[in-house]
Amino acid sequence: MTAYRLPAGGLIDRSHTLAFSFDGKSLSGHAGDTLASALLANDRLLVGRSFKYHRPRGIVTAGPSEPNALVTVGSGVRRDPNTKATVAELYDGLVATSQNRWPSLAFDIGAVNGLMARFLSAGFYYKTFMWPAAFWEKVYEPLIRRAAGLGRTDLSPDPDSYEKSWAHCDLLVVGSGPAGLAAALVAARSGLRVILAEQDFALGGTLLSETTRLDGEAPYIFARRVLDELQNSPNVTLLPRTTVFGWYDDNVFGALERVQKHGAAVDAVKPVERLWRIVAKHAILASGAEERPLVFGGNDRPGVMTASAAATYANRFGVAAGKAVAIFTNGASGYRTARDLAAQGIGIAALIDSRPDAAEAAPAGVRLIRGGSIIDTRGGAGLRGIVADRGGFEDLIACDAVAMSGGWSPVIHLACQRGGRPVWSDALQAFLAPDVGAGLVPAGAAAGQYRLSACFEDGARKAADIVEALGRQAAGFQAPVVGEEPDPSFTALWHVPGAKSKAFVDFQNDVHLGDLGLAVREGFGHVEHAKRYTTGGMATDQGKLGNINAIGILAAMRGVSPAEVGTTTFRPFYTPVSFGALAGTSVGGHAMPVRRSPLHGWAARNGATFIEAGLWYRSSWFAKGEEKTWRESVDREVRSVRENAGLCDVSTLGKIEVFGPDAAEFLNRLYCNPLLKLPVGKARYGLMLREDGMVFDDGTVSRLGEAHFLITTTTAMAGGVLSHMEFAAQVLWPQLRVRFLSVSDQWAQMSIAGPKARVILQSIVEDDISHAAFPFLAAREVRLKGNLKGRLFRISFSGELAYELAVPAGYGEAVADALMRAGLPHGMCAYGVEALNVLRIEKGHVTHAELDGRVTPDDAGLGHMMGTGKADFIGKRLSNRFGLTAADRAQLVGLKALEADQEMRAGAHLLKDGAKPSTINDQGWVSSACFSPTLRMPIALAFLKSGRERYGEKIVVWDRLRGVETMAEVCHPVFVDPDNSKLTA
Amino acid sequence: MASLISCPHCGTRPKEEFAIRGDATPLRPSSMASDEAWHDYVHLRTNPRGRVREHWQHVAGCRRWLVVERDNLSHAVFSVTDAATEVDR
Ligand SMILES: [Zn+2]
Repeated sequence: MTAYRLPAGGLIDRSHTLAFSFDGKSLSGHAGDTLASALLANDRLLVGRSFKYHRPRGIVTAGPSEPNALVTVGSGVRRDPNTKATVAELYDGLVATSQNRWPSLAFDIGAVNGLMARFLSAGFYYKTFMWPAAFWEKVYEPLIRRAAGLGRTDLSPDPDSYEKSWAHCDLLVVGSGPAGLAAALVAARSGLRVILAEQDFALGGTLLSETTRLDGEAPYIFARRVLDELQNSPNVTLLPRTTVFGWYDDNVFGALERVQKHGAAVDAVKPVERLWRIVAKHAILASGAEERPLVFGGNDRPGVMTASAAATYANRFGVAAGKAVAIFTNGASGYRTARDLAAQGIGIAALIDSRPDAAEAAPAGVRLIRGGSIIDTRGGAGLRGIVADRGGFEDLIACDAVAMSGGWSPVIHLACQRGGRPVWSDALQAFLAPDVGAGLVPAGAAAGQYRLSACFEDGARKAADIVEALGRQAAGFQAPVVGEEPDPSFTALWHVPGAKSKAFVDFQNDVHLGDLGLAVREGFGHVEHAKRYTTGGMATDQGKLGNINAIGILAAMRGVSPAEVGTTTFRPFYTPVSFGALAGTSVGGHAMPVRRSPLHGWAARNGATFIEAGLWYRSSWFAKGEEKTWRESVDREVRSVRENAGLCDVSTLGKIEVFGPDAAEFLNRLYCNPLLKLPVGKARYGLMLREDGMVFDDGTVSRLGEAHFLITTTTAMAGGVLSHMEFAAQVLWPQLRVRFLSVSDQWAQMSIAGPKARVILQSIVEDDISHAAFPFLAAREVRLKGNLKGRLFRISFSGELAYELAVPAGYGEAVADALMRAGLPHGMCAYGVEALNVLRIEKGHVTHAELDGRVTPDDAGLGHMMGTGKADFIGKRLSNRFGLTAADRAQLVGLKALEADQEMRAGAHLLKDGAKPSTINDQGWVSSACFSPTLRMPIALAFLKSGRERYGEKIVVWDRLRGVETMAEVCHPVFVDPDNSKLTA
Repeated sequence: MASLISCPHCGTRPKEEFAIRGDATPLRPSSMASDEAWHDYVHLRTNPRGRVREHWQHVAGCRRWLVVERDNLSHAVFSVTDAATEVDR
């Protein structure tokens, strides 16, 4: 194994040396190198260990289908595992480490798996780890996870930023080889908006490694000329380092641009990667073709690579894969590689052609073996020779590299991602893209047109068709004069008979010929079964290289055509995409935006502990002095409200303002209770139902004018109620003259509750709010001192004398502060949603804990609200159906624990005393529970079968989850002030 | 599911801006209609393969309810209209 840098040639900048390291060893390369070409130039052929057997593995390709050369690039928090060295652009200071080996790449203990190979055959996972089931969690899975592995990621937060962008174009060209350049040029000259995306850091595709002359010059010179023209066309966007990974509905393409993955320093202002969604009227798939490996004994030894890779390393990167390269081919490509290597002065050990009577001639002085094959390789972690077979005669040939060519497969992945299945071509011995319509058209080698001249012609013609389809005149394209080209044909050779050692089909997952044979023998010959049974094609490369040979082998074993075997399903992503790019800017606070009430600052100043409620942060309780537990604070807040007063932030409630001559009629159809006669200046509690008769949401409806209402929704349903109203207004009754909008964020709203609420409130309100002037359920605009206008509602959730005051959001904190100052001498406190919850349970008011979608108004004790006299409202018709009016439905009741130290929790079930816990015996459930500081005992709201007839009954509150059983007495759900004397005080 | 929806009011927008409700075919019966008609409207849905008419709302745009006629197999969208104008048809 003696790869080396050629003295001259290649598209690298030899005047620009880059330092990098591999497994701690300092090495150097040149600008224009990939990590793989630089490693080869330093004679580092061993780059990784295989997944299952930990066999030494080298570089197989020079592109994105690489199965072996997966390394970790970067260090610390900027560590990218499973990076393909064959596409990683070399930069100064690059740090690369090998993977899947322990303790070192050269000496890897996992390689003993190779000795246990017969236990690790196909179906191994299914057979070995099936039993006993208990072993999975404790033994098998940790074992497999440690042995398996590939790269490991860094678990600390990603320091880099990513972004997502949309792009729009008339034509997206995927790939910048001859077909892609011709297509882009025709479209650009015709005035189309063009995006040309190329996964490589250099544009030009195979023209960068091709040696056939174009117009008498090296092909890269032609490519540069075309790219210059494209670069200077304002209607063209060139996207190098951009992999188009997915094709989605409406011709939207997903692409990953590596913006800053090719340097050690990261500019924090820019993203490191950008995820593009490209909306293309048309797209041309010019993704080229993939050269197939040959399946022969020992074909995984470092030093064995595809012929096109060997030629690319020589021509584009100025690197020889070895000093004596054996070439094994089933077609003309091997001869072309032989010519290219010979032209660079690289020694060729032999050219072995599997076809007995091919017409091609080997370069002068090269030993040609027709009708021959390789049946084994020699060497350790590096190649020293091959065993060639010709008509049964074995021949040991010394060499340090093998260039193999098994024919070509068009890269059609994108075209098959939306359900279209590849179509087998007998003529080309390859799968071609199905006809997927005019949106995405393969061209050039991706369409099975392998000759350069055909690529130019095909790309140009298909672009011209698109130009004309878009109603424009197609501009001309003068294709270059192409020098002598070899015949691209080959004779399929799915595997080489007579292998003397393992012949690998899937290098990354260590699937060899024998595994496929076993799969067929054991009844897993279907391509989808064989894939899962052998794990062939399931590695990170998704079988880009190996699948076609696996299909050919299965076909041969089953005695059918590859067309009959078919392919496994193609799905995005073509190559892996980082989670960072998929998340884009939706990380941290942007992943889940925080909604803060306009009174957030006021709550924080008063010592609030906040709780997340959806996106909202709501003040939960306000700890004071020596209070250690939330219960201490909540009990004090509740007592304070009942005895003096409290101020609570209720700004998170949904608020929707409704206008129009038909506003009253609209709301009357939306709520189950009558609203037509609601007087101006009054509020009313309202219940919305679903059409199936269950409660949807509750809130208040206030009439601020004849044709102007303000409704509130629960915090959680603010969005849902708005959509529901929009559906009703736009779809159900578009003839109603009504308009509405959400004003939830425009108003700060606070509840002032307690016997002293009025006197405190009056001190900041200019208008008279005495009981006579502002009675229970009054709702209207008031003038505050200092001339600020607010909206005041005399409504109560706590059961106390209470008001809700709304002021424009920006004034919220100042008003709340003023109220707190005014309330101080009266013993007013700030109270949070926990105390609010206790207060409302004591008063028997329901929330979504009760209104859980299974509850009718009557179940919740609100049956009297139903406007049965109304002609129609949402939910009216099905409210009367059988089952919703049954007498044994679960009805809202109160529960009082018989012992003060016994707790009840929401979710507990209710059982008759002595009854066995079972579904049959289930009597209902607890929906809300708390300790009542007012009653000094645990209380709960619950739904109990025929509950309203059972006040006074003793019942078991059975909480299996927490292992608690409590005896409770069933009672009326209103524990505090049942005759509402406080509300009207 | 389509990638893009052409809102008649806002133009072509990504599907992430829309919320789907379901079959747009059932029309709300009158309050005098039979139990069967109401049961059908509220509870029964066919689950056809192919061409469907659905209610989608442009929640992150104009907030209009739309009728999207599309093929749930090929994902092709045939038409997008404002649901209010549909009612008058
Ligand atoms: Zn819209």
